[in-house]
Amino acid sequence: MPADQPSTRLHVVTGKGGAGKSTVAAALALALAGPGKRVLLCEVEGRQGISRLFAGAPLGVTEAALTHGLTPGPGAGLGQPGGEVFALHIDPEAALREYLATYLHVGPAVRALEAFGMVEFATSIAPGLRDVLLTGKVYEATKPTRRGKGALTYDAVVLDAPPTGRVTRFLTANAELAGLARMGPIKNQADSVMATLRGPQTAIHLVTLLEDMVVQETVDAVSELRSAELPVRSVVINRARPQLLEDELANSVAAGAVRPQDVATTLSRAFSISPGSRGSARPPDLGFVDTLLRWGTQHTERRRLENVERDRLYALGLDLTELPAHPGPVDPTTLRDFARDLSQSRIAR
Amino acid sequence: MTSRPRLDVDALLDDPQTKIVVCCGSGGVGKTTTAAALALRAAERGRRVVVLTIDPAKRLAQSLGIEALDNTPRTVRGLRQDPGRGSGSLAATMLDMKSTFDEVVVSQATPDKARQILGNPFYIALSTSFAGTQEYMAMEKLGQLHTQATAEGTYDLIVVDTPPSRSALDFLDAPERLSAFLDGRFIRLLMAPARGPARLLGSGISMVTHAMSTILGSHVLEDMQTFVAALDTVFGGFRQRAARTYSLLQAPGTAFVVVATPERDALDEASYFLNRLGEEQMPLAGVIVNRMTELEGGEVVTVEQALDAAAALGSAGSQADRSARVCAGLLKVYADRVATATTQLQYREDFRTAHDGVPMASVPALISDVHDLDGLRMVGELLAKGSPKSGRKTPAKDPTKPKR
Repeated sequence: MPADQPSTRLHVVTGKGGAGKSTVAAALALALAGPGKRVLLCEVEGRQGISRLFAGAPLGVTEAALTHGLTPGPGAGLGQPGGEVFALHIDPEAALREYLATYLHVGPAVRALEAFGMVEFATSIAPGLRDVLLTGKVYEATKPTRRGKGALTYDAVVLDAPPTGRVTRFLTANAELAGLARMGPIKNQADSVMATLRGPQTAIHLVTLLEDMVVQETVDAVSELRSAELPVRSVVINRARPQLLEDELANSVAAGAVRPQDVATTLSRAFSISPGSRGSARPPDLGFVDTLLRWGTQHTERRRLENVERDRLYALGLDLTELPAHPGPVDPTTLRDFARDLSQSRIAR
Repeated sequence: MTSRPRLDVDALLDDPQTKIVVCCGSGGVGKTTTAAALALRAAERGRRVVVLTIDPAKRLAQSLGIEALDNTPRTVRGLRQDPGRGSGSLAATMLDMKSTFDEVVVSQATPDKARQILGNPFYIALSTSFAGTQEYMAMEKLGQLHTQATAEGTYDLIVVDTPPSRSALDFLDAPERLSAFLDGRFIRLLMAPARGPARLLGSGISMVTHAMSTILGSHVLEDMQTFVAALDTVFGGFRQRAARTYSLLQAPGTAFVVVATPERDALDEASYFLNRLGEEQMPLAGVIVNRMTELEGGEVVTVEQALDAAAALGSAGSQADRSARVCAGLLKVYADRVATATTQLQYREDFRTAHDGVPMASVPALISDVHDLDGLRMVGELLAKGSPKSGRKTPAKDPTKPKR
């Protein structure tokens, strides 16, 4: 990877609900936190999905060390420890207090506003303001130099953003605010946040599944983000079905060109060699062969449909990364496997 | 021993006492498709149904044979009526936040005031682009449909899909949040100039308005005050309506259906819904688990045995042995499917154990997405016979089935 290329400081990960965007955000943070790097992983929706992934305590509203980053594999600094991953649950109320303190520079006024319920008001009835605060806080964390004592700087910030249906609105909340507040420090802040979110240091990644409706939503979101001048970088295909049967063979199976009797013969050979099958109560019969062929055909049909979706995603002209389907829950070990996959793809550059 | 009550979808839909079915669940579990399939099935079984969707998926509209859904219910054509069940009907509508909000304003305020509100920049922002408004408006739309159904007898069943919010039960909190908002001190502060002497609010007022002018600019404060004062009249009625919708949801004619997929996150979210519904005393009909990987009784050898056999074929087979490669691949496909299905069954069992006695139905994973009425009809049939672990396939349209 070229070292002189301006590096991405903010990775925004979105995706249709259920597609696994928190998983990808967490894996990306691990992948980015190579030796000597410090990465912040932010969650904004209060779902605590990240702490669940790492099987840890709920994230706090202040930045705290979460885990260490990916340890390099052979050939790339083997033996060096991974970097640091910090995590933050951005809470709108805490963000508002901070925001007011920053822009008013006077304690009493903030306390007065608080006494009059400004905080409640702003964060409950005006969710748009909530988005302003959340993105504002992410923007603060991305700065190469940060105000406040003990404030850390990060090589990269990964945002587990709201789902595709809401992400454009979320990311453009500050543009909206800049329109409402026609001048003053609020407008300036809003403009700076938008400049960062639309700038070359930001990359938006969309997590998708190879299913028709999910891909459609992804395609729609890409065009929505693009018209909002937001920098869409890549698509991550999650839970891609593995190729278990070579295409040509799969097509024969699907076409019914494989004779059940041949399969049965080969199977009995296989089960007589295989040590694991010793003591197997039932030798494979024609019913089993039938199941194998039927499931093989269904698998082939699913793969074919997935390839149709894959082509639609390729047509977007974005970087594409695939993460394999994984049976069972995503645990910290799986997460590191995903991180390794991501670190070898272009998304982490 | 865990009891395994089955969610009898047909009994639920056929019961004339069922007036509202609310589908909730986390995003991506097939909630909208489930709502549409339930609505179609009910209509073909003789109910006069309207389905309210929130999800703007164009595919769904198309699968209902409608180019685009909007705020006005559109009639769905091509229903296959079940003879002897009377004539049902189906209409579909999609929530349009802004129009719904505008309608409320226009119906509640004097024409002058309505104009003032509709033109205010804060109102425009609130009604079009702020997340959360969707939940309020979903409640409002449900209330409207129900009022219309009761008054005009247009519909006798409303099927609702819920917004894909952070917490899809946010819509339940809408009335409470609204009340909290209206009773909030900040709102009263903003309305102070409209309502009377500012000194009633104490000495903090000038400092607060000054602080706000500093950060927001004074015109913003004015816009906000105009907005809040104007909405004041509207919100009284709005709040009442939201409270009415809330009690409607608690009433016996309502049935909540929680939709999930056999994955840990989706089931965790479903657990959360069940708990919330319980706390709010909302009537639960049951849980639908979509996209179960089916084994069709085809599991003969274990995952390990299949993988061992595949490996044996791989190491013994020469390049030329095509049959060995086919078999090895088929065995891997088999192992993958059995492993997936086993994990899913385990999740579902854990869920069932945690929610003993909650009626459940499962729908097998389909190879492709639903594209048309036939697809929705098939999902409906699968839902109706989808009792977990029921080997018996009850005919979908069995008139002798007991009522709920």
